[in-house]
Amino acid sequence: MIEVLDIHYSYPSKVEALRGVSLTIKDGEFVAIMGQNGAGKSTFVKHFNGLLKPSAGSVKVDGVETTKSSVAALARSVGFVFQNPDHQLFSETVETEVGFALKNFGFDAKIIEERISAMLELLSLSQYRKTSPFLLSGGERKRVALASVLACDPKMLVLDEPTIGQDHEQKEKLQQFILKLQAQGKTVVAVTHDVEFVAECNPRVVLMREGKIVADGEGHKILTDPVMLEAASIVLPQIAQVFTKLSAAGLPKDIIDISEAKAVLLRALEKRKQ
Amino acid sequence: MALIETRNLTYTYPGISKPSIEDVSIQIEKGEFVLITGPSGCGKTTLCRCFNGLVPHFYQGEIKGDITVAGINTLDHHTYELAKHVGLVFQNPENQLFALSIEKDVAFGLENVGVSREEMRQKVDWALHQTGIYDIRDRSPHEISGGQQQRVAIASVLAMEPEIIVLDEPTSFLDPLSAEKIFEVIYKLNQEQGITVVLVEHRLDLTAKYTNHLIVMDQGKVCLEGNPRDILSKEETSRIGVGIPKATQLYQMLTKEGHNLGNRTPLCSEELADQILEALVR
Repeated sequence: MIEVLDIHYSYPSKVEALRGVSLTIKDGEFVAIMGQNGAGKSTFVKHFNGLLKPSAGSVKVDGVETTKSSVAALARSVGFVFQNPDHQLFSETVETEVGFALKNFGFDAKIIEERISAMLELLSLSQYRKTSPFLLSGGERKRVALASVLACDPKMLVLDEPTIGQDHEQKEKLQQFILKLQAQGKTVVAVTHDVEFVAECNPRVVLMREGKIVADGEGHKILTDPVMLEAASIVLPQIAQVFTKLSAAGLPKDIIDISEAKAVLLRALEKRKQ
Repeated sequence: MALIETRNLTYTYPGISKPSIEDVSIQIEKGEFVLITGPSGCGKTTLCRCFNGLVPHFYQGEIKGDITVAGINTLDHHTYELAKHVGLVFQNPENQLFALSIEKDVAFGLENVGVSREEMRQKVDWALHQTGIYDIRDRSPHEISGGQQQRVAIASVLAMEPEIIVLDEPTSFLDPLSAEKIFEVIYKLNQEQGITVVLVEHRLDLTAKYTNHLIVMDQGKVCLEGNPRDILSKEETSRIGVGIPKATQLYQMLTKEGHNLGNRTPLCSEELADQILEALVR
């Protein structure tokens, strides 16, 4: 569980990136944090694994204040995947990269080997096992970074823009994978601009603007509110855009799921035929 | 002659056995807005690197076939000779920013081609305004967010006003509304000034509506090419793993159930909503 109570954070440049943020995330939740560039999303989630400590207020991970714990200790329970994979990759091969943290945590060679194979398989990277991560495409490097964090089997996973550079198939896999983690009681927090991805996964959505949380609730409610979204520099998911335009014809507005959209439109079109 | 033309272009990076692009033959005419898509690792970025000569001059490796860009054979001419004609916005903005201030980064290309001071001032300011970074022009490009860095990279290319702009997932770090605004700026340049645009994107929900020429790549090859409305209607396109826009998918689902929503395959929500409204009042 992550408990954030009224935190403020200022960078050394005196820019106040967080201005009184409180949020509780329970075990097993999937939360998408959205909002415009510079809203403080990345700064906020960097508090979850102690990379940043609040200037005021408190952050507790499983009841322990992050100020009383080291990043190394927190790394065992909170896995963090950065926005730009090049900020975390450094090994000569994909396999050493993925096994690096496990080796540091002192796991035995057999377990490390098993975990590496499982992660590479899961993220469609097995063919690149002996390749340098720097020879891979942007989307592939992003998956190597994810694999290296997942290999440690953290209880909570923080993903900063996980869908960047990922194609359709990889996004679907990521979605299934997140749902699977959730089913195992793990917590997933994703900072993302990808409205279509969020519309498909339908997680709890937290909207940030200028260092504060401005909305918190179910995806289909928040992602269908044009005024709120525009203030956060987000566009409606495509299905919601269609229904906003169709509301003139008396159809409901709060639809983001394509199957639901299909069912509602089929009913309306059938009714019209009769 | 087409503005960009490749014939049986095959390229292999040094130290890798399999070609990253294989037998690619495409023609891009002046003024087109071309969208290149396909699964991650399919060769999209590599193909873009051929358009300004980074492949093979910077990356080395082995290249076969022919390629001409703005009448120049890129295999015989250096990247700096192509820079006047082709501007490339990289996937990762950090790879192309280096100056001490944003403004200097945006002015760098113009300084090198010997533009007068007044003209440079005017072009740089215009590019900074178009991308919404005029107010932060004095800051270092290395202390701003990934999204802002992408704006700087785009501004640097816009300032040069090249004939061809090649953009490799140029807005991936930007929030959706900012991304949309940038795409609108690029589209406007394409429509009003006839600048040829080559855009690499996975997110067709955001970009399919701008293109009149869609290229789908898979495993280094061009598999489908043509009008986006035709290509996005093909089953093969989704089989390759292209993310069909939701509006297009919904149209397909409803027509499959026997509803007539007109013959035009919609590429965006506005088009689909209009077609449904028409069916509902008909």
